[in-house]
Amino acid sequence: MAKSELDTRFSEFGTVSFASVTRVNDFIGHLQNGKLMGARCVKCGKNFFPPRAQCHDCLTAEMEWFEVTGAGKLVSYSTLQYAPTGFTDEVPYTIALVDYGAYKVFGRIDGSVPRDDLAVGMTLKAAVSRTANGQLTYVFNRA
Amino acid sequence: MSGKVGVIGVGQSTFVRTYPGSIRELVFDSYSEAMKDAGIVGTDIDATVVCSAPEYDKQRSPAGVIAEYLGLNPQPTFYAETLCSSSSTGLRLAYSLVASGLHDVVLVVGFQIMSQLTSVESQERMGRGADIQWESPFGTMMPAYYAMHARAHMAKFGTTPEDLALIRVKAATYGQLNPLAVYRKPVLLEQIMDPSSFLGAPVATPLRGGDCCANADGSSCVIVCSEEKARSFSRKPVWIKGVGAASAPVNMAGRDRLFGLAAAEEAARQAYKMAGITAADINVAEVHDCFTIAEMMAYENLGFAKPGEGKDLIRSKETYKEGRIPVNVDGGLLSKGHPIGATGGSQIRTIVMQLRGEAGDIQVKDPVFGLVHNIGGVGLYGNVTIFGVD
Repeated sequence: MAKSELDTRFSEFGTVSFASVTRVNDFIGHLQNGKLMGARCVKCGKNFFPPRAQCHDCLTAEMEWFEVTGAGKLVSYSTLQYAPTGFTDEVPYTIALVDYGAYKVFGRIDGSVPRDDLAVGMTLKAAVSRTANGQLTYVFNRA
Repeated sequence: MSGKVGVIGVGQSTFVRTYPGSIRELVFDSYSEAMKDAGIVGTDIDATVVCSAPEYDKQRSPAGVIAEYLGLNPQPTFYAETLCSSSSTGLRLAYSLVASGLHDVVLVVGFQIMSQLTSVESQERMGRGADIQWESPFGTMMPAYYAMHARAHMAKFGTTPEDLALIRVKAATYGQLNPLAVYRKPVLLEQIMDPSSFLGAPVATPLRGGDCCANADGSSCVIVCSEEKARSFSRKPVWIKGVGAASAPVNMAGRDRLFGLAAAEEAARQAYKMAGITAADINVAEVHDCFTIAEMMAYENLGFAKPGEGKDLIRSKETYKEGRIPVNVDGGLLSKGHPIGATGGSQIRTIVMQLRGEAGDIQVKDPVFGLVHNIGGVGLYGNVTIFGVD
């Protein structure tokens, strides 16, 4: 395959994307369609988030997409008052880990959720969104 | 080879915010101390393990230039990297090379020059120590990851920001006594609890400035040796009794808990088992306090306190020099600064000096076993090493 034909859609993910070519680039296609998707091994049925192209237990590349739906529980979070290169225009922002039971999802809590309302154990749901610089992402909102 | 593996020489450069020289010159500072300490010459060294975290300086494959500068050609040299735990990984490799009988004397060099980058650039490098595909695009950085662990610890166990601040107060108590430390001023609890002060300003909630160690430039050096040669070279070898190492998922989404570090717990289990001792036998410890919460979790992951009871250890000052289990009485990373690749070797140096009874103002009374807990990334890599006098 010529380099120009490589699928580089992952470069559209996040405020600053550090990756471009990956075999789960359909993740970006699903975000474009408003869906946040994980990957499930067709053989053993294990759910993976972040999604992956291969199952390390079954040593197979037979995976199917599933949608991250419903509410999860906030495992922990932190609001950054200081940020790395590329993100300094966005502070303050809050990163978080949300537990959906069969898998966990790492991301940002939407800026519209008042920070004083945040508490470990509260329920949140994920939604596809855009960053301030127009890149694709997802955020957590109140469930 | 039969018998034990020992440490016969240790060295550390003065840790500084900005070293006015190159990596090879910085490494020379700790190398010369360790070689004089061991009383050996370059031709006595069979191999060199060079440790740092990548992308802070421009040199690719630094093992080559370091070995040349130290006059250690044609002996083999190679690079070892596990982020902030690189030099204790180097020690593990040196232990293996000597225990296997392949070599008798192996040099472990750790270094980092971080001052060639701005602070935000270095946060970006550290953020890329996480998963660049799935987490770095959200703007992650080390203080924020550890802050998530602090929040989870607080929610589960009722640990408070004051408890974490007490760890910094302890670190500063001893940092004042360490001439090689970057930060040598006293720190008061009130300073960290005052949001208008530098030490109290939030960095990544719930962590404040005072909860975080500073970047630094520095180097460390540890000389590892077979028992037979150690007894001929050294006036007082210190023995490596247990080497534990483990890993954990780099993605937070892959972790089963955030209130502790599974890799540290597993590495400790291995090290205690190999040494044939328990946490209660440890007389002095150096733990990886890149953030105050990291030391709090270390108390629990190493078995110095039960899960959730780390806060009682610091409240009752049991981790001070006179306490039940003295921890980081050299000031820790919080006082010394954290020149990533050099940190593990600096911790080892402190424990070796303690076990020799040569630690001066910070000497713990007659220690028999000492422990080093050195963590890479956000609990991604965990190394726990136990040293003993016999």
